[in-house]
Amino acid sequence: MSRIAKRFARLKADKRAGLVTYVTAGDPNLDVSYQILKGLPAAGADLIELGMPFTDPMADGPSIQLAGQRALKAGITVDATFDMVRRFRKETGDNDTPILLMGYYNLVYQRGPERFCKDAAAAGVDGFILVDLPPEEADELKPHAVAAGIDTVLLTAPTTDDARLPAVLKYSSGFVYFVSVLGITGTSSATEEAVRTHVERIKRHTDLPIGVGFGIRTPDQAAAIARHADAAVVGSAIVERVKAGLDDGGKAKPDLVPGVFAYIKALADGVRGVRKA
Amino acid sequence: MPSAPNSFRTGPDERGHFGIFGGRYVAETLMPLILDLEKAYNAAKADPTFQNELDYLLEHYAGRPSPLYYAKRLTEKLGGAKIYFKRDELNHTGSHKINNVLGQVLLAKRMGKTRVIAETGAGQHGVATATACALFDIPCVVFMGAVDVARQAPNVVRMNMLGAEVRAVTAGSATLKDAMNEALRDWVATCENTFYCIGTVAGPHPYPAMVRDFQCVIGNETRVQMMKAEGRLPDTLVACIGGGSNAMGLFHPFLDDKGVRLVGVEAGGKGVETGEHAASLTGGRPGVLHGNRTYLLQDAEGQITEAHSISAGLDYPGIGPEHSWLKEAGRIEYVSATDDEALAAFQMLCKLEGIIPALEPAHALGHVIKLAPTLPKDNLLVMNLCGRGDKDVFAVAERLGMKI
Repeated sequence: MSRIAKRFARLKADKRAGLVTYVTAGDPNLDVSYQILKGLPAAGADLIELGMPFTDPMADGPSIQLAGQRALKAGITVDATFDMVRRFRKETGDNDTPILLMGYYNLVYQRGPERFCKDAAAAGVDGFILVDLPPEEADELKPHAVAAGIDTVLLTAPTTDDARLPAVLKYSSGFVYFVSVLGITGTSSATEEAVRTHVERIKRHTDLPIGVGFGIRTPDQAAAIARHADAAVVGSAIVERVKAGLDDGGKAKPDLVPGVFAYIKALADGVRGVRKA
Repeated sequence: MPSAPNSFRTGPDERGHFGIFGGRYVAETLMPLILDLEKAYNAAKADPTFQNELDYLLEHYAGRPSPLYYAKRLTEKLGGAKIYFKRDELNHTGSHKINNVLGQVLLAKRMGKTRVIAETGAGQHGVATATACALFDIPCVVFMGAVDVARQAPNVVRMNMLGAEVRAVTAGSATLKDAMNEALRDWVATCENTFYCIGTVAGPHPYPAMVRDFQCVIGNETRVQMMKAEGRLPDTLVACIGGGSNAMGLFHPFLDDKGVRLVGVEAGGKGVETGEHAASLTGGRPGVLHGNRTYLLQDAEGQITEAHSISAGLDYPGIGPEHSWLKEAGRIEYVSATDDEALAAFQMLCKLEGIIPALEPAHALGHVIKLAPTLPKDNLLVMNLCGRGDKDVFAVAERLGMKI
């Protein structure tokens, strides 16, 4: 069983939903970014999404675009991202919290899908979320991911109808990521009713856990998602806390890391306050 | 290298691939929409009503067929190949872009879409889209890099006059690539009512094939016109390439005529060897961006690098996927012309033929100036003069130190 599957099994046993936190690798610099990564589980993250910065993040809103630019300026690379994960596993001894890399396919393609999967697995990565790799193009990655023991979490959207869902699910493992709004990251939010309807619809097609993301900013919103989904995913709002912790010269202020953790703790409290059947 | 297929004109396959190139690398939110678009386009293509309406507009609104003009003075000056221009700069709106836009906006109307968005570099595609949207009374938003807004100001004014909203994009290098990112971001949020009118033979399937089909009118006309003028097919075709739509439109109908030499001219910027250029095929390698796999300018990791060109329309780090395939298949030669060569060609054409070309086809001409003298006098060469230079006169004047 993969770390992701084990973590969702644990959450189910605990009768609660999980909190998935997104941070951009290398934002605002490699050192502070690692400090954030290291402390995420203690702050309340059940799963971690680590964003791989890309020059042209077409599916991301301004917050994550800017985070990626800060990280690229600070010198983040794919190898440095793998190193962060390797160091996390070694230094924290945390062998349970799943880490997923999130980003765009070109970085995978340039290294070669096979080598990318092997290197990621060796570093301690558990899954990929590649926003521009729909099932139609997933064949060149999937076998290598399977061979390396890496889960591929595909996205479903409000536009993904019942006829199309099986194609998406065929390539998904670990969990399914439901993009709850039409749009880019960090902009609008879905209503609880819309999320409930879609989650129920997806559940009719799969036993995989469902994570819901896009536009979740407050502990109350996270709790509302937790009532219906297996996990709530928060990204842009966390990345904005990183930005808020920078001074005018772009240097990290002393309260940056504690500020990020305090915010994640509040989100986690929201999610954990919901008891599931 | 793949073995030569029986025909170069059968692609893409049903998944939108030209060999390893092309495809549909888009967010899931858009995936059902581009599948719908593909269906709607295939239905429209098979519907004579659609084709008739498009043909009528191309003839009576855009002014097609564009002339095939024998450039006698240029031919005599260069002393080699007999040079013809396909005069697509005489189209309504001043470039070949209108050919594609009329097709796509008709399709948008047919699909019941109530809003059209587009990206633009030089502004020619933006102006064409704004024009068609005015004609069909559809609200139009054009995304344009802030750098391009400044260097192609006349086109921004034109778009505004035509009722379109121009959104200046300041992200990244603030040029065509970033305009396309922003258009995709808009589309993912508005896809239920919005049609994305892509300006070149790039993007996710079916765009590269659809835009090519709409632009093939250029090559189809050239074939007929050359038969009438000379009684045979041309020997050499030359066109500039940014995303590659004017070149594909001219070349595609000739891909299976083995005797016709095809030459695509990329923007060499300050020189391909300087690294400051927009020649994706010459200086790039395959990667995935903007919905398709194609040759891209990028670093070792796969981060996209900035293109450089004096021409806003060629200033793009990628190229249409079918060009990437045809390069690897060896059917089309791809070369480059620098900023300075394009500027020299621009001035030569003004004075020799009384035609002010856009900076984009000035690149094609920059190569023709080198190529034509090496060819025999009976070599029939057609260059696609795909845009007129009205939009460029102030920028060129400034570059040449002319007083206005």
